[in-house]
Amino acid sequence: MTFLPDGIAASGIDGADLVYERPAALSDVPTHYCPGCTHGLIHRLIAEVIDELQIRERTLCVAPVGCAVFAYTYFNVDGCEAAHGRAPAMATGLKRIQPDKIVFTYQGDGDLAAIGTNEIIHAANRGEKLTVIFVNNANYGMTGGQMAPTTLAGMVTTSSPYGRDVSSVGQPMRVAELIAALPGTAYVVRRSVHNVANIRKTKAAIKTAFQVQMEGLGLSLVEVLSSCPTNWRLKPADALRWIEDEMVPVFPIGDYRVADQVVPLTRRRSSRRNGK
Amino acid sequence: MAKELWKGNEAIAEAALRAGVEAYFGYPITPQTELLEYMAREIPNYEGRVFLQAESELAAINMVYGAACGGARTMTSSSSPGVSLMMEGLSYIAGTEVPIVLVDIMRGGPGLGNIQPSQGDYFQMTKSLGHGDYHAIVLAPSTVQEAVDLTYEAFALAEAYRTVVVILADGAIGQMMEPVELPEPRPVMTEAARPSWALRGAKGRERRVLSSLYMGSERLEQLNLRLQERLREAEAREQRWEEVMTDDADILIVAFGTVGRICKTVVKAARNQGLKAGLFRPISLWPFPEERLQALASSVDQVLVVEMNAGQMLLDVRAAVAGRAPVHFLGRLGGVVPLPDEIGQEIDKLASMAAGNGVQVTPAVKTGANGAAPVTEIATGPEV
Ligand SMILES: Cc1ncc(C[n+]2csc(CCOP(=O)(O)OP(=O)(O)O)c2C)c(N)n1
Ligand code: SF4
Repeated sequence: MTFLPDGIAASGIDGADLVYERPAALSDVPTHYCPGCTHGLIHRLIAEVIDELQIRERTLCVAPVGCAVFAYTYFNVDGCEAAHGRAPAMATGLKRIQPDKIVFTYQGDGDLAAIGTNEIIHAANRGEKLTVIFVNNANYGMTGGQMAPTTLAGMVTTSSPYGRDVSSVGQPMRVAELIAALPGTAYVVRRSVHNVANIRKTKAAIKTAFQVQMEGLGLSLVEVLSSCPTNWRLKPADALRWIEDEMVPVFPIGDYRVADQVVPLTRRRSSRRNGK
Repeated sequence: MAKELWKGNEAIAEAALRAGVEAYFGYPITPQTELLEYMAREIPNYEGRVFLQAESELAAINMVYGAACGGARTMTSSSSPGVSLMMEGLSYIAGTEVPIVLVDIMRGGPGLGNIQPSQGDYFQMTKSLGHGDYHAIVLAPSTVQEAVDLTYEAFALAEAYRTVVVILADGAIGQMMEPVELPEPRPVMTEAARPSWALRGAKGRERRVLSSLYMGSERLEQLNLRLQERLREAEAREQRWEEVMTDDADILIVAFGTVGRICKTVVKAARNQGLKAGLFRPISLWPFPEERLQALASSVDQVLVVEMNAGQMLLDVRAAVAGRAPVHFLGRLGGVVPLPDEIGQEIDKLASMAAGNGVQVTPAVKTGANGAAPVTEIATGPEV
């Protein structure tokens, strides 16, 4: 499919010159995300991966409650809406009756690490053949920036107005580390989208996560550090710097579980890259 | 087919399998656990069908929700405290218009209560099933055979109205063994027969979306109007009940489920004593069979509602009777099953009241047969 908006057609660029087009797995509708928010960017990475793996026509998306609540509108795949936090349970039902399909959930940190902790832990422990894209922006975006389990120590939010007091509400929850400890998982990593190099690595991880599901190896989860300029009260560029300076030290980027059978999947790609 | 002896919970499970259920998700709770255990044992014998024990009722209902979005014939079962946990999912299922079947084998409450049979979930199932404006079709069997027949039919009803269908029974029906005749197995749904909204992957067609999220109030009103329209259709077509000796009855007992069945015995005993008693047993609790009850109320002297709760169906009976006859109530709480004698005494009292000149106005408090806590008011006097 070639995406040629009227403006580009008028500018004289034809299909052959296009190097960057809308993935078929991304719908041609404007998203509602705030300017500078990286939710939209993560959507695009997922859509590119779905296109590259040629699985659009057998992929099912389970949308969360949170800023990505309309995710099913943005992905050009069959999709549905879960209750807050219950996406892994709903996805379990969808996948169990259609094992030939590719099912992914897209969840925020309030959705997955607070109200839905039970559902994600048990889906991971059972080794459901699902892919979870976990967007960690250290707060509840949609409801206006309240404290999330991932909120940093001392961080001021609308519901931690004096800064997160870890002695009374606990330390930031490290989801990738937690989920990776469960034997049903095959691939659990943390990535970030605060600069181009990390965006590329995030895409590669998302691709591996989907491949892990296609090979039926177990649950795959990619935690993505993401910006929320609106609630952080930061300019978009400053928000990206804030991810790097403040979030990455608390939520280290890295691989937390790569099951033995997954290693060849990651190697195949890096050797291809090296061979170029 | 010859009748076989079946335990209620297992018979319901077998009926669901014969109705072509493809996926069952549940969580153990007495007195329904044998239903889950039966599914665990039997589903692996059917290729392509799914059994999964969820980590909670919350997860179970959401697994059911997911499977239903995929167009599968799916169900869960639980008992009162577990059903409370399912309310969130049921509301999403209703808002997304996907069909599912829920079996509630009620036990005593509130809270952890006990594991004795109760009818304490009547309000929850017929009136307040999760947030938002909707109803489920609620069917209340009084025998194991009826539980089998209603379960078998429930899937077709759920699919026809794109709604939740509840089989509302209690621990007595779940646990008792009775001879039943099982229905013929129905084949599971073929791929071609999947509903046109099912999420099966957007192959060669536009993507499909299932959601209960409508940001615009007018669009959400459209969904609600659509739901209401289907509920009105169900109200018009699905009112079900049983009548026993109502033709010439002076005293009409109204009771459902396990108590409905006990009241059958009471009616027969009363007739032997020359008292003209009759029974009206609602089978569909929603839609409540109000038209027929209304008609009967015009021809009887008294109505007695008997329930294993503090008077929940009573409100629906009063609304249907609408002052045509005085409505009295006898209820046992906390998992106590009223005995035929106890109900018989109530009838005697009503009969002697009627023989003296009509109406006694002082409300009385009845003490339980075992001398335990006071049970219920005997509401007397004409109702308005
Ligand atoms: C049962 C329930 N509780 C609370 C809410 C309100 N709510 C909507 S979004 C949200 C937080 C979402 O935050 P997160 O998952 O971090 O996603 P983000 O918006 O940051 O992308 C909450 C609490 C809800 N919709 N449902
Ligand atoms: S509130 Fe935050 S997470 Fe939500 S769209 Fe805006 S920037 Fe993104």
